[in-house]
Amino acid sequence: MIYADNAATTRMSETAIQTMTSLMNENWGNPSSLYVHGQKAKEALEKAREEIASVIGANAREILFTSGGSEADNQIILSAAGLGEKNGKKHIISSAFEHHAVLHTLKKLEREGFEITLLDVHENGIVDPSQVEDAIRDDTCLVTIMYANNEIGTIQPIRKIGEICRRKHVLFHTDAVQAIGHIPVDVAADNIDLLSASAHKFHGPKGVGFLYAKKGIRLQSLIEGGAQERGLRAGTENVPGIAAMAAALKEAQEGMETAAAHQKKMRDKLIEGLKQIPHCALNGDAARRLPGNVNFCFEGIEGESLLLLLDDKGICASSGSACTSGSLDPSHVLLAIGRVHDVAHGSLRLSIGETITEEEADYIIRSVREVVEYLRGFSPIWRDLMSGKKEFIL
Amino acid sequence: MALYSEKVMDHFRNPRNVGVIEDANGIGEVGNAKCGDIMKMYLKIEDDIVQDVKFETFGCGSAIASSSMATELIKGKPLSEVRKLTNQAVAEALDGLPGYKMHCSVLAEEAIQSALEDYESRQGKPAEGAGT
Ligand SMILES: Cc1ncc(COP(=O)(O)O)c(C=O)c1O
Ligand SMILES: [Zn+2]
Repeated sequence: MIYADNAATTRMSETAIQTMTSLMNENWGNPSSLYVHGQKAKEALEKAREEIASVIGANAREILFTSGGSEADNQIILSAAGLGEKNGKKHIISSAFEHHAVLHTLKKLEREGFEITLLDVHENGIVDPSQVEDAIRDDTCLVTIMYANNEIGTIQPIRKIGEICRRKHVLFHTDAVQAIGHIPVDVAADNIDLLSASAHKFHGPKGVGFLYAKKGIRLQSLIEGGAQERGLRAGTENVPGIAAMAAALKEAQEGMETAAAHQKKMRDKLIEGLKQIPHCALNGDAARRLPGNVNFCFEGIEGESLLLLLDDKGICASSGSACTSGSLDPSHVLLAIGRVHDVAHGSLRLSIGETITEEEADYIIRSVREVVEYLRGFSPIWRDLMSGKKEFIL
Repeated sequence: MALYSEKVMDHFRNPRNVGVIEDANGIGEVGNAKCGDIMKMYLKIEDDIVQDVKFETFGCGSAIASSSMATELIKGKPLSEVRKLTNQAVAEALDGLPGYKMHCSVLAEEAIQSALEDYESRQGKPAEGAGT
C-alpha cells in the first residue's frame, strides 16, 4: 500500500507509540492525585507542555491541551469573540478556504450578531496581507487565517499578516494544523497570538491537540468541570496521548529539514509527471505549498471513481469531489480558488509522507495516468469536449 | 467494511454495456456537471424490445455501477417492462447503496426514461430523428 493521504491523518511514529504505551503501562495515574504515582503522570504532562512550547517558541504556560484541532479552533475563536464583544467589537476577518472547524464556528457567531469578512484567496490559494490590512476596522476583534491549507497545501504569509495585526492591535489566530511538524512555525517570530494544532497530523495519536494563547489573552472554557488546565479545559488529561504528541512533535521537528527536502523533491516529481496528462491543472501555488502536497483537477472525470480505482491499485489518496463528501457541492476550497463545479469534481489530493520513494512516485504517476485515461474513455463530458461540442476549461 | 457492496464494486470495476451505439434510436442524457454525475444512455429498440443498450457516465462509483446495472436490467426487455424500471430496482439489484448515494441510482432511472422518451418522440416524427 502507498499511503498518500497524510493530510487526512498520519501513521503514528514508533517513538510516539512507545511513549504512549509506556505511560499506559507504568505512568497511568491521575495527574491531579497527590501521591507519587499521580505526580509522576503530572510530571509527564508538564514535560510534554515544555517540549511543545519549546518547539513553537512559546512559554509552557501558554500551551493548553485539547482533543484536537477542531476543539482548539472552536475554543480560540469563541474566546476571542467573547473578548471582542465585551469591548463592543463584533467583526472577524478570515478567509474563504478555512477548515470547517473555523468556518462553522464563524457561522455560529454570525448567527449571534457578529459580522464576518471572508477574504478572497485568489487563484493561487494565497491571501494577500494587504487584503487583511484593508479589511481591519475599528470593531475588528480577530483575524483568523490558516497557516497552510489542508486541501491544496498553500502556505499563507503568516508573519506579515501577524505583523499587521500587531500594529493594528487586533488578535491574530492561525490554524496551524497542517503546518506544525512539517514546516517551521514560531509563534514569536511569526507574530502569532493564538494557534491551533493537532497531533495526528504529525505522527502523533488521534484525538489529541493543543492550542497556544499568548500570555495575557484570557480564554473561555468550552468544557466545564474540574480545574484541569488552569480551569480552562475540564476533564482528566489524556496523559499518554499528550506525551506521545510531544514525542512525535519533537521527532518531526528534528527531522524536518531532511524530510521536507525529500518530500519537496518527490512532490515536484509528482507535479511534473501528472502535468503531462492533457487538460489538467495544479491547484494552488506551485512553490508556496507544503512539502508533501500535490493537488490536481482533471477535466472530464469525477474524483470518487478516480480514488476507488487508485485504491484498487494500492494507492490511498483523497478528492474534493461532491460524491466523496455526501453533499452535492464539491470542496469549498477548490471553489474558493475559482475552479468551477465541472472541474472541481475531478480533483485529486496526494499528501505524501516522509518515506515515499522514487519508485512509489513513479508508480503513482503511472497509475493516475492510466485511471484518468480509462475514466475519460466513457465519460460523456470528455466526449463532448473532444468533439468540440463543449469547450475545455483546463 | 467497504463503502460499497461487492455487487456495486463488481459493476464499478467491470461495467457492462459501456460505450456508444452509433445507430441508436433513443438517446437520453441526465444530470449535470454541477452536481457531479452525468449519464448518457443509448437505446436500440426494435419491435418494442430493447435490442441493445449502452451507456457513458461521468460520475462516482455508485453512478457508474448504477448505469451498468440499469443497462443489464433492461437489455432484451420489452418496453412495457422498461417503463416500469425504478431506481429502487437498480439499487436492490446492486445489494443496496449508501443512503446519500441513492440520487446516483435515480439518475440511472431518469437516463433510461429520457432515452425512452427520445425514442417515442422520434417515432412521432419518424422522418427526422431516426438513425441520427
Ligand atoms: C486545517 C485543519 N484544521 C483543523 C482540523 C481538525 O483537526 P482534528 O481532526 O484534530 O479535530 C484539520 C484536520 O482535518 C485540518 O486539516
Ligand atoms: Zn454520485
